[in-house]
Amino acid sequence: MDDFIAARSQMAMSLGFHIVFACIGMVMPFFMATAHFIYLRTGNLLYRGLTQAWSKGVAILFATGAVSGTMLSFELGLLWPTFMEHAGPIFGMPFSLEGTAFFIEAIALGFFLYGWDRLGRWFHWTTGLIVGISGLASGILVVAANAWMNSPSGFDIVDGHYTNIDPIKAMFNDAWLSQALHMTLAAFVATGFAVSGIHAWMILKRKNVEFHTAAFRISALTACLAAVLQPISGDLSAKDVAERQPAKLAAMEAHFETQSHAPLLLGGVPDEDAETVRYAIKLPGMLSFLAHGDITAPVTGLKDLPREDRPPVAITHYAFQTMIVIGMLLVALALVYVTALAKRRAHRNWLLRLFVVATPLGYIALEAGWVVTEVGRQPWIIHGVMRTADAVTPMPGIVYSFYLFTAVFVSLSVTVAFLLYRQIKMVGKRYDVTDPDYQKDPI
Amino acid sequence: MIYVVIVYLWASICLYLLLGGADFGAGIVELAVPRRYKPRVRVIMAHAIGPIWEANHMWLIIAIVILFVGFPQVYTTMSIFVHIPLVAMLLGIIARGTAFVFRNYDAVDDGWQRIYARVFMWSSMVTPFFLGIIAASTVSRTINPQAGDFVTAYIGSWLTWFGISIGLFTTAICGYLAATYAIGTVDASLRQLLIRIAKRFIYLVVVSGAFVFVAAIYSDIPLFEWIFGGLIGQLAIALATVSLAITFIAFRRKKVTALRMLAGFQVVMILLAATYQHYPELVLFSDGKGLSLLEHAGDVKTINALGWALLSGSVFILPFLFYLMRVFGNRQK
Repeated sequence: MDDFIAARSQMAMSLGFHIVFACIGMVMPFFMATAHFIYLRTGNLLYRGLTQAWSKGVAILFATGAVSGTMLSFELGLLWPTFMEHAGPIFGMPFSLEGTAFFIEAIALGFFLYGWDRLGRWFHWTTGLIVGISGLASGILVVAANAWMNSPSGFDIVDGHYTNIDPIKAMFNDAWLSQALHMTLAAFVATGFAVSGIHAWMILKRKNVEFHTAAFRISALTACLAAVLQPISGDLSAKDVAERQPAKLAAMEAHFETQSHAPLLLGGVPDEDAETVRYAIKLPGMLSFLAHGDITAPVTGLKDLPREDRPPVAITHYAFQTMIVIGMLLVALALVYVTALAKRRAHRNWLLRLFVVATPLGYIALEAGWVVTEVGRQPWIIHGVMRTADAVTPMPGIVYSFYLFTAVFVSLSVTVAFLLYRQIKMVGKRYDVTDPDYQKDPI
Repeated sequence: MIYVVIVYLWASICLYLLLGGADFGAGIVELAVPRRYKPRVRVIMAHAIGPIWEANHMWLIIAIVILFVGFPQVYTTMSIFVHIPLVAMLLGIIARGTAFVFRNYDAVDDGWQRIYARVFMWSSMVTPFFLGIIAASTVSRTINPQAGDFVTAYIGSWLTWFGISIGLFTTAICGYLAATYAIGTVDASLRQLLIRIAKRFIYLVVVSGAFVFVAAIYSDIPLFEWIFGGLIGQLAIALATVSLAITFIAFRRKKVTALRMLAGFQVVMILLAATYQHYPELVLFSDGKGLSLLEHAGDVKTINALGWALLSGSVFILPFLFYLMRVFGNRQK
């Protein structure tokens, strides 16, 4: 492994790790606020227990997200100093605002976690809501910075110098809205299905059924709503990409020949050397339609681009297919759930089993989508402006840093999973007032 | 507006040293107390820093964002040539933050707690040590962008006796801050112990401070001139020394709030003395050149936007933060 690949792998791993915790931090506070609201309105202690159980999980996950986020703010420079030297002043605006949002989130979380019986009830509830709102704002701002890398704006290059810098224009680049929308919905889909899957599993195991059913309802409904909305935002994103980054779209679809009536591929094994795709099912005209809203519209193929400007096709294509397939499956599950809900058959075992199967799917799709946007942007770190290979640190030995960080992330993931498992196991004893083993939380 | 940004940069570094430092100190103090007191100290520290530890570490993020937006050359130069201690510090931050939360929120109380506790204590000690090394490397004139070989460019840039001495000094300061802060949160039985520990940390601060001067001479750093060459430096050190004498009176009279204020004041004075003389230069290179906050700042428009973002951010953050500290600040149990 050479240092450049090591640097890219380390960055991908760090972001891939952080994105999970960041998304949980964006979504879980809203679940907590909902449960907390029900408790404050009805006085039902079950919901108080649920809010506290969730908030313990959030404390663990938020801290992991906060430290991995801190690390990322350094890693950008440690791995990509040339990029940061030029890009920092241009796309730094969302980061400086994100600093504020993240700060408020941390303060509000302190209030929320330690505020039981110490703050006014509704003030306490509001701090929980602020955690969610500022988490959402942080996420959107960071995505706006990433969108700038896909759609650079707010500066000119004159004789190799970056001039006429306009940080506000850079922040509101053409890609920020569609990316932020897609990412936010993805966070709700992924977290919603992950949480509801875990609670569905506990219901199936007949453990603290009432408690887990309450949790399942809140998370599953949110997940399903977001899952149904996500294809609309996906369509907006695809049209955006088609316009601004035709190379990325072509790699997503493994589309080599520029043509009108361009076909949409289902599956298929791209061969980058031979510039063909084998074993794919082709839906004629559908790619033209999805990209430009017209089945006759021509779609640029990879062959029109010099080889050194093409993204890796196979990874982008597989990741895109994974995301789409999972997205469709989750829409189907959402529709089934809503139908069952209407017929008052929502908590039948077969349906709960489907939710258990869907537990990891949202996050797999989310990671796949992240791979599509990041790998699909290659070989550029700033689309059309700076190549990733020109941005990497001159320091040799990044391979060892990659090994080190791999070890850290693997052990952290294992520990977090272990802690959450223990939290879930202790629900009856610590959080569910209807459980015979319940003991009031000493904290 | 550039001056607003510089003030924010200095203030966030200062607040990180004070609040983040006290936070690191919580682990260092836990390491320093005798074994039989550890469980009680652990509970006290967990209550004292639990609600605010994440906010305390935000100051580092604010400082780093100011650097990479406003002074990208400073940020990238440090990232390239001080890469190794930065990674060490990051690993410390990760280990510490996660171990603290894992220990506090684990649903089951068993042998795992001890592992988390050990990770928390040792990383609390290692992280400020590397922070000190990183800070020292900016003024050591050891960063050499022209260096051809790995050792000169990436190790010699930070591994000096001066760096090590600053690392130890920073660690001692963190312990001192946490011990004095904690005095106000405990009852009489533990207070005596914490006062003893706080005093020990003061001796450590003084001894490691003396080591800093010796190491500076050894590493050819005109530290003495920097600090005592100007009125502000002399004044800052004089005030810090006087306040140290007052601190011992406060110990005897058990004036909790005064102790906290004094400890904070001393640290601010030390930071002031250490930074003002080479202002506006922030990073000094081995060839005599440097990176200046005024000359190497980003574009005017960027600095303006950053300044406004910081100012408007403060309107939201500061009142909220003060209230948080007030609600959870003096928790006696």
